[in-house]
Amino acid sequence: MESRLTPPTAIGALTARCEELIADLDLGNVRAWRAAHPGRVVIGYLPIYAPRELVHAAGGLAVGIVGAGEELEIVRGDACFQSYICHLPRSVIELGLSGKLDSLDGMIFPSTCDVIRNLSGIWSLSFPKKWVRYLDLPQNFDASMGGVFYRGMLEGMLRELCELSGVDPKQADLRGAIRAFNANRRALRELYALRATEPWLTPTSEVYVLVRAGLLLPVEEHTAMIERYLGLAKAREARPVDNARVALRGAFCEQPPIELVKTLERAGCYVVDDDFLPMLRWPERDVDESGDPLDALVAAWLDTPLEAPSRYTRCNAEKGQVLIDTVRSTRAEGVIFAAPSFCDPALLDRPLLLGALDRAKIVHTSFKYAENTGQMQPIREQAGTFADSIKLWGEA
Amino acid sequence: MTNSVVKEPSMLLQKDMISGHYSKLARAEETGNTVAYTFVPGNLTELMLAFDMLPVHPEINALQNGMRKLSGEYIAEAERAGHSEDVCTYVKCDIGMSLKGNIGPTGEKMPPPNLLLLSYTGCFTFMKWFELLRERYDCATTMLHVPYQAEGHITKDARDYVVKQLREVTIPALEKASGKRYDEDRLREYLARSAKAEDDLVWVLESAKHTPSPIDAYFGGVYYIGPLFTAFRGTEAAVEYYQALRKEVQSRIENGEGPLTPEGQMRDQRFRLVVEGPPNWTHFREFWKMFYDEGAVVVASSYTKVGGLYDRGFRHDPDRPLESLAEYCLGCYTNLNLPSRVDLLVDYVNDYQADGFLVNSVKSCDSFSSGQLVMLREIEKRTGLPGAFIETDLVDPRYFSAANVRNRLESYFQMLSQKRATAVTS
Repeated sequence: MESRLTPPTAIGALTARCEELIADLDLGNVRAWRAAHPGRVVIGYLPIYAPRELVHAAGGLAVGIVGAGEELEIVRGDACFQSYICHLPRSVIELGLSGKLDSLDGMIFPSTCDVIRNLSGIWSLSFPKKWVRYLDLPQNFDASMGGVFYRGMLEGMLRELCELSGVDPKQADLRGAIRAFNANRRALRELYALRATEPWLTPTSEVYVLVRAGLLLPVEEHTAMIERYLGLAKAREARPVDNARVALRGAFCEQPPIELVKTLERAGCYVVDDDFLPMLRWPERDVDESGDPLDALVAAWLDTPLEAPSRYTRCNAEKGQVLIDTVRSTRAEGVIFAAPSFCDPALLDRPLLLGALDRAKIVHTSFKYAENTGQMQPIREQAGTFADSIKLWGEA
Repeated sequence: MTNSVVKEPSMLLQKDMISGHYSKLARAEETGNTVAYTFVPGNLTELMLAFDMLPVHPEINALQNGMRKLSGEYIAEAERAGHSEDVCTYVKCDIGMSLKGNIGPTGEKMPPPNLLLLSYTGCFTFMKWFELLRERYDCATTMLHVPYQAEGHITKDARDYVVKQLREVTIPALEKASGKRYDEDRLREYLARSAKAEDDLVWVLESAKHTPSPIDAYFGGVYYIGPLFTAFRGTEAAVEYYQALRKEVQSRIENGEGPLTPEGQMRDQRFRLVVEGPPNWTHFREFWKMFYDEGAVVVASSYTKVGGLYDRGFRHDPDRPLESLAEYCLGCYTNLNLPSRVDLLVDYVNDYQADGFLVNSVKSCDSFSSGQLVMLREIEKRTGLPGAFIETDLVDPRYFSAANVRNRLESYFQMLSQKRATAVTS
């Protein structure tokens, strides 16, 4: 299998560049961007969703912060969190206290869970001179209620970003930002669609780093990178192998080590869909580019059928439906539920999702990881057994 | 520890109120009462009562089951059903109780909900909890999104958002579930009674500023908040309970007495503490004993503010019924950002002349626990007092290690004694 997945040189160079970006915890490219754009702001944002268009419109660079992976030794972060709190906040604090996030002028903490919510307070106490914004995404999806509240929040956030950056964006700038991110999300959708149809051309170990690089790059550069990859991947000569097609869920916030993704592939899985990094892919449709830009961003949050544990589902019938539809549309043969240890949203949601899968007669397996998980053998064995069982006893 | 437990008369009164409420719930089907499950922080008790709905608080069931040593088996049942060992044990205790027949803590069967009233205040887990219950009961659910006090105060936008939801979502859902029309005058009557009881609760909590303190504001405090934080706010019974409680405490102040513990009057108060975090319920008496045996009395706590920060001036207001309900929801302790929590606790340390500050960090609750180590250091820095940190859980007996907790507490009290001796010498 390895030989079939070995990328041509151009793809290898592209993915190597992505891996370098991800591995550089000092955010060298962000520092370089700052140096090249004096006076502009750099704003960090945490999972799982923030309207990056506002930062872009204010002339700034939005940088996604998802922890430090497995490379950073956590000392000060562990002094801030008990052992039963997930790993992401401790590595984010470690990054902050060790000066690796000094290039950021501020941070946005979305309402993903209690841990990220409280991290916003820790950040305020730890970095009193930095701009901090808690983004309370509405759980009421009525435009006259949640919509009005969210619009007010976006206006406030934009006003503060303008004060920070000294830039006063016009409607045209906001529409321009929406266009740039729409183009990026379209490219990502095309990438995901290609992987769902021909996963042998687009191994998830490549797709994942390519997508994740978008946390760190200017959006236009990232879009160009994806488009280049798509061109190269489509031209690739590779044959399908008898892998099990699986969808992966649970990894929307704290990210697994890249080695874990590779392990799933080595275990005989084509990951044909995943929920990695919704912060880059939401909303999974174009935001309106013609009307009032803030209203368009509000509508994008309220009206899109986004499924994530942090978002309230209004009735039992909705629960797991997006996942089931995705399994069907991507022809996935099973679901791997991989959640970070101590991730309340993912783990509280898991019984509901697994129940929905059971009712839809979709097979699944579950395990937990942390961003610094080093031991892959048990995961390889579990995923391999799951893939084998699909191949041996699946309906196909 | 003695087997016969000494109780204050107000405790017995409260016990009767609670058992009466559970009996009403058990008979709900035959009496035709409708039932709403809801949570303590941000609860809308007066509004539910205005529709004659009986409230059920799943986290109260869980803690009652914890105190009655039933929670371990319920948690195990939920874990056998696929719930992760990592998540909130209140949720698992509740799910486990439901899986095993939904027999409530008093041994009577709990009615299924006519409505799940999800007031999403200060705790993300609430949302998942009610999604899980909704699947189990397949009943009507209504969500009231209460924004977080990220900016350290209640904004007009947040209040307007909650009021509009109350008016256009919550009240219609209650009307539908109860079959009764909304009567704002009736709501005002309940709110007026709430404010009366709230005055007395604040008086009781603030009585701990006396030396010796006539109350323990944590272990005793959880009893004192009971009626107001649960099914009785707005009722005449709650007003009477707080009047009786106030008289008891007044009498102790006049006699220079300390609080009543399960083993009798606490006489020697060597340490005055402020405590952050919920108590452990599975070993409640044993945990309390570790304090009063050492002469430690808790003079203020954050846990007694999860159902409202009345001591900071908030009162339910019959003249602004929905606005004051919105402000109540927005103002509960776990809906405060961390800097505000630190400010509050620092004020408590100063206002109540505390000797120390203790965090009881519970594994189950990220809303409380995440950030407590940072808060501890910040409070130490700002008060100059040493803090202590212990770890237990809410209702999972596996996470209460008596020897570890006792060791830490004893070391902490020794350290406070030594610091005091050093201060006297110098």
